[in-house]
Amino acid sequence: MIRIEPRENPSRAFAIGIPILSAVISLALAAIPLLAAGANPLTAYGEMIKGVFGSVFALSEMLTRATPLIFTGLAAALAFRAKLWNIGAEGQLYLGAMAAVAIGSGYLDAPGIVLLPLIILLGAGAGAAGMMAPAYLKVRFGADEVVTTLLLNFIILIFLQMMLEGPLQDPMGLGWPQSAPVLDQGMLPPLIERMRVHSGLIIALVLAGIAQFMLARSVWGFKLRAVGENAAAARHAGINVNRSLFGVAAISGALAGLAGVSEVAGLKGYLTSDLSPGFGYTGIVVAMLAGLSPAGVVVAALFIASVFVGADSMSRAMGVSSFLADLVVSMSLLCVLVGGFLAKYRILRTREAVS
Amino acid sequence: MTDSTVLRLNGLSKRFGPVVANDDVSLTLAKGEVLALLGENGAGKTTLMNMLFGHYLPDAGSVEVADENGVLHSLPLGHPQAALAAGVGMVHQHFALAENINALDNITLGSEPLLALRRNRQAARAKIEGIIEHSGLKAPLNTPVGRLSVGERQRVEILKALYRDARILVLDEPTAVLTPQEADTLFENIKAMTREGLSVIFISHKLREVLAFSDRIAVLRHGRKVGEMATADADEKAIARMMVGADTPKVARTDMVPGAPVLNLSGISVSGRSKRDTLKGIDLTVKAHEILGIAGISGNGQSALANVISGLAAPSAGHIQVDGTKVAKPGPAAMVKAGIGRIPEDRHHEGIVGAMSVAENMVIERLDDPEVQSRGLLRRDAIRDNAERLAQAYDVRGPGVAASSRLLSGGNIQKLILARVFERSPRLILANQPTRGLDMGAAAEVGRRLLEARERGAGVVLISEDLDEILGLADRIMVIRDGNLVEAGSHDREKIGLMMAGEPA
Repeated sequence: MIRIEPRENPSRAFAIGIPILSAVISLALAAIPLLAAGANPLTAYGEMIKGVFGSVFALSEMLTRATPLIFTGLAAALAFRAKLWNIGAEGQLYLGAMAAVAIGSGYLDAPGIVLLPLIILLGAGAGAAGMMAPAYLKVRFGADEVVTTLLLNFIILIFLQMMLEGPLQDPMGLGWPQSAPVLDQGMLPPLIERMRVHSGLIIALVLAGIAQFMLARSVWGFKLRAVGENAAAARHAGINVNRSLFGVAAISGALAGLAGVSEVAGLKGYLTSDLSPGFGYTGIVVAMLAGLSPAGVVVAALFIASVFVGADSMSRAMGVSSFLADLVVSMSLLCVLVGGFLAKYRILRTREAVS
Repeated sequence: MTDSTVLRLNGLSKRFGPVVANDDVSLTLAKGEVLALLGENGAGKTTLMNMLFGHYLPDAGSVEVADENGVLHSLPLGHPQAALAAGVGMVHQHFALAENINALDNITLGSEPLLALRRNRQAARAKIEGIIEHSGLKAPLNTPVGRLSVGERQRVEILKALYRDARILVLDEPTAVLTPQEADTLFENIKAMTREGLSVIFISHKLREVLAFSDRIAVLRHGRKVGEMATADADEKAIARMMVGADTPKVARTDMVPGAPVLNLSGISVSGRSKRDTLKGIDLTVKAHEILGIAGISGNGQSALANVISGLAAPSAGHIQVDGTKVAKPGPAAMVKAGIGRIPEDRHHEGIVGAMSVAENMVIERLDDPEVQSRGLLRRDAIRDNAERLAQAYDVRGPGVAASSRLLSGGNIQKLILARVFERSPRLILANQPTRGLDMGAAAEVGRRLLEARERGAGVVLISEDLDEILGLADRIMVIRDGNLVEAGSHDREKIGLMMAGEPA
């Protein structure tokens, strides 16, 4: 007979060890489809590692890919800490990106020192605004934010297409549904000459540091944790639960909006409706892998970016499908979920009763 | 009594990891006997019964049950079905009834073959009516259980056990939810049934009813049987000492002259979805140096009253004054600021944030205090020092103030809450079921702290379903019934019991 009992004291080593172990196990499991595809897993992983760490260019590509994931990972991690299930980072990302091109692609021809901060602020604001309606509906009517934020993603995507074929369309774009490019002085400067990695990464890292500090050390973070862990007790203790929820909703939306700003004003330069290959959703995986810790988000984002970028170059070198990256990412999430369960509970084999 | 033994537990032991829940416990039960199993929370009473029932597999020991002819057979362990088949029935503290179907179906549920094509309800009804007639356990059989009173539901549970031909009945804290009168009726019914040959074990920690209704008493402490005696030879003090392992400190209580009113509720109404959340225009005044006890059967508006005083519910009518000043915008934070200390009913759910540390939980009600934070940042050293000091002063034991508060035992969680409430010297203390689920030592500590606060000049509102606790602590008693609050006028147990039941005194 197998019984499941809660562990009395889930240890800290588990909290850190399990995501790492999950990552390793998911890579090990990925060897099976690799073998099936006729590739030698060791060579394949070698190619993957080379594709990520093999050159400055490779490293830059990985960091470029990690940047939006840190933003969306933080957006999910902070909201989830308060048990506010924001699944709408994808939509908020596009809201941020739209705000960035709306102000940045010629509407306001100001010097960079004015324009760039303005783009960042407006992008963050737009993302935050995108979270207000779901937060209000949750607080006022108890509407499930999983549903509202998820569905808003589709509404925003359609709104984006409308804007890209309307007010935001590039007049010089030959009718393509894309925005005019962000002015040069409005772009986030690159970090390395002729490489794609840009200063959005620095902003992401700084924000992760601030979030980590505030969560542990500030009254704001205290309230957020209390609301997330036990809203009834928080309310009883006099914490304004709704205000905490609205606050974290705004911050979460703003972070997702910044992911959009960073992609538009740091990387692409203009906005199309395929700006994000699901960064908003992958951010949820990043946050879960990170155990909802902001510092962990950075590590998890780097891991997932490595898998994606590495798998791309592996698939080119070995001739296997790059969908393997999605497989590894999905499996690592499953492993973390199983691992999280094992950290909280232990499975006991008990002797079958003798009759 | 050994000539007609119906049940024998031989040296049962059970450990959960490092915790010894039962250690070599042996008991016998005679035909027609009422055995009271006494012990504090965590003494191992429930574990012992769960082993008898096959829910747990003992590490050592055996169980023997007599058949219809009085011959003892050993019971296969770890098989609930075997216990049922041998005629052992159990009524849990929390009922296991389906609320949407009637009593008759609840009683027969589970004792019919799953794939039977036809149910013989006539025969079932006749059998149940026979049992009712013999035992006096009256319950309406055709009403959905959801519409029955708590006392009726409990009778349905007992009928369910008897319907399955239980010859041994185990009752786990049967009177926890009953008025004193209902409890008396229940025990009279039990007496009637034992005359018919039923044997009963009832688990309790209420000394009064144990002394009044049992034939024999067995006391458990820390998983061991520490005493067994005929009830006729028992004396209350000796049993209490046996349960706790030491003399319980008698709570010293001096008469005091009440001072100025500290809390004044006038015409407070709360319209809730159910009876438990509804108040119908109540008036209440608590003075300094006064403990006001609120007696009542659970679910008669106690939660609504507690929620109003703690700021969780906004009254639809009436107003609240603390220390003569009207509370303009009631809310939890406003109530704390006005000087109300709140001990919530459900300490795990409302009292603490289990995932946060003991130290953090100790300051959770005063996050804007400059001692706790400066410019929005937590003063972690001050928070830790505060917690160390309070843990010392209030004897909060556990794995340290930095550990998650959910690792504390129930008694220590309550001490944490007491520390948080009392260190601010509140003008008024709301104590809602403050000793529920606590062992006698921890309960006595709660009582002592409440009296201490009263001496200091605080007013106390003590809401409790334990009438003995109210009779022991309160200066004045009010009875809550159906959302109305009435002055009891005396400490007369009989009269208060009738008022609780809604009958004219």
